[in-house]
Amino acid sequence: MILAKVVGTVVSTRKEPKIEGIKFLLLEKINPSNMQGKADYLVAMDSVGAGLGEVVFYVAGSSSRMTATTEGKPSDATIISIVDSIDINGKYVYRKEKE
Amino acid sequence: MIFGKIVGTVVSTQMEVGIKGRKCLLVQTCNHKGEVDDDFLVAVDLVGAGVEEIVIISQGSSARQTEITHQKPVDCVIVGIVDMVEEYNQVVFKK
Repeated sequence: MILAKVVGTVVSTRKEPKIEGIKFLLLEKINPSNMQGKADYLVAMDSVGAGLGEVVFYVAGSSSRMTATTEGKPSDATIISIVDSIDINGKYVYRKEKE
Repeated sequence: MIFGKIVGTVVSTQMEVGIKGRKCLLVQTCNHKGEVDDDFLVAVDLVGAGVEEIVIISQGSSARQTEITHQKPVDCVIVGIVDMVEEYNQVVFKK
């Protein structure tokens, strides 16, 4: 799985009928050592209700069809987790702000 | 499979039900000598690996070929902790 930040949403009205009603998010991959974006973007389906600005990780390939949201759907990237914190060698490099 | 070095943990409460409660580790990919490069992965730990250890990682649909990850949304698992690597009869990595 790969860490990424939700940087936007992708809206599509004309799409494959099977993926009607599924939320698409625009993700930018991040480097966890400095939490900076890598300018590498992708579109992912969302199975956990992620929102703008959140750090997530997504699953790619055939495994991305193994969620209740994407089962039998033509997905190859699905967000499966919203990250609360990341530590590297015992030091927090990221902590989600509590609302 | 590829080599990786455990550098930390990723904690999450909002997770897809299939992988809820699984320990997710932050892994930096490395070569067979344990020299890291600049690529990071989140992997489900199946063997009880800890920070600084060099591990073997399975990716893609093969990551689902274990009891724990069967039909789960997982594409990256730690399947082994490396004790030693030999290259042309020379030990190039030792735990």
